[in-house]
Amino acid sequence: MDKKGKSNMPIFKEIRFHGRGGQGTVSAAALMALAAFEDGFESQAFPKFGSERRGAPVEAYVRISSTIIRAHNQVYTPDAVVIQDVGLLRSEPLLRGLKRGGLIVLNSEQNPGGEDDNFRWICLPASQIGEHHLGRPLPNTVLLGALAANTEWVSLSALEQAVTNHLASKGETLVKANIDALREGYGFITQAEEVMA
Amino acid sequence: MKKLLEGSQAVAEAVSLCRPQVVAAYPITPQTHIIERLAQQVANGELEAEFINAESEFGAASIVLGAVAAGARAFTATASQGLLLMTEVLYNIAGLRLPVVMVCANRAVGAPINIFSDHQDSMALRDSGWIQLYVESNQEAADSMIQAYRIAEACELPVMVCMDGFFLTHTFEPVDLPIQAAVDDFLPPFHFARALDPSRPMTLGGASEADNYQEYRSAQQAAMEDAQPVIEAFDAEFDDQFGRAHGGLLQAYRLDEAQTVLLGMGSLMGAVRDVVDKLRDQGQAVGALRLRCFRPFPAQALAQYLSGAQRIIVLEKAISIGAGGIVAAELRAALHQAGIMTPVESVIGGLGGRDLTPEVIEAVFQETTQDEAGATFRFAPDHVTPDEPVREDCS
Repeated sequence: MDKKGKSNMPIFKEIRFHGRGGQGTVSAAALMALAAFEDGFESQAFPKFGSERRGAPVEAYVRISSTIIRAHNQVYTPDAVVIQDVGLLRSEPLLRGLKRGGLIVLNSEQNPGGEDDNFRWICLPASQIGEHHLGRPLPNTVLLGALAANTEWVSLSALEQAVTNHLASKGETLVKANIDALREGYGFITQAEEVMA
Repeated sequence: MKKLLEGSQAVAEAVSLCRPQVVAAYPITPQTHIIERLAQQVANGELEAEFINAESEFGAASIVLGAVAAGARAFTATASQGLLLMTEVLYNIAGLRLPVVMVCANRAVGAPINIFSDHQDSMALRDSGWIQLYVESNQEAADSMIQAYRIAEACELPVMVCMDGFFLTHTFEPVDLPIQAAVDDFLPPFHFARALDPSRPMTLGGASEADNYQEYRSAQQAAMEDAQPVIEAFDAEFDDQFGRAHGGLLQAYRLDEAQTVLLGMGSLMGAVRDVVDKLRDQGQAVGALRLRCFRPFPAQALAQYLSGAQRIIVLEKAISIGAGGIVAAELRAALHQAGIMTPVESVIGGLGGRDLTPEVIEAVFQETTQDEAGATFRFAPDHVTPDEPVREDCS
């Protein structure tokens, strides 16, 4: 998935992230867009805050495209939805507009993954994994790893590069912890697929 | 080299490349990241400037007024209520003909309180004597900062670069930032002939009475008119040097033999281009015209571009309450003056951050129902967001 390998393949993907203020939802979207850009695509990421405070619902959007992105609109018909807080499912229709065949990446310790005629879904205990690596139950980079492993829209190496660049000012320890979290999220799905096979 | 940058950061980096000597501001969403980044640059020693955290927007505007009057290149940024709190000072900056450059991160005005984007804030300053450039993308926002200082200092007029809050300020997208040497080449150091200097005392902002006050306003108006070719020339020169142009006063998109033309400002025009492409593919003769420079108002250029159109629609994100669409009203006047009697449909939408999606824009193009008799404008339809999933298949 290097720049040369992908540059001729037309793609257009939209992702919607749901989370709560403080969970790194906006950063997750930015990292995804940065990774796609690193892989040679055009990309865009931006947040929608209800109100800027910890705990409030936050949405963030990503577009990845092989051609220039001109529109600056929210994402209404995503190819994937990443849900950082399962509790949000009770309060709003998080799957609204999700395309048939779309992917749901869910931070959950309980539900197994699966697929039906409409969707595929992946569940992983991202807060737990995040806590293990970061000392705080932050699910964002874990879920990004899972998203990457399950879609192949961005390469793991590009995501690692994005984490390294984006979090550089926060110190090497945090960068390394996030890369470990990312890799575990990426590997988690691979293991799940092996079990299912 | 292109980087994926947040709009606020792209603007801050571009401002920094212009080597401002004074940066003053008071934080307000969605402008804050711009100033935070500049403060960081000053603190890190990357930008040699005086950074002043003001006690209010009124203070911030007053500080940049004083700084430019003393001959320094200065910058501030604000939005919404912050811009309105600056209002008195902004009129003074313009009346004193001080080349201040600022960013308005366009945001709705309260009440009710709303942090999201529309153009109500900067449109309220339309009569203040500031040049206003409305940008479509973060690349244009960054490039326009560099152009803005050149325009301001050449015309001795202040320039407000208006960029949509969130839709641009908080969006990461690819931006190509020029290198310092190239910016230095395009934008020479600021030498202000009228700078205050204790060794040659003079009064700035003295009183003017009925016998000459009107002449000051007349001179401002003339300077604004003279700024039109300057804005165009610097955009063309920027293109020569950096390989990017942003339309100068107006940016046309697929106007060749267009029967229906939609005119608008700011970031919504990206989606408008996508819709124009879609409708053109379906054989519809549509085009778009982006009003980049709202002040000075390019009346003659607009009339030239629109002389062949059979249907003209203005889609704008502000309302003059009690009158209606602002750009539409000015366009009607400009076309009437040029002898063009094509009706102008005025559509208002996107207020308080309501999303003008491609679907909404397409509906605006396709609406054929006659406006109510006597109505001077209508509101854009809403984007319909169904709660349920599975709207279409993954590609």
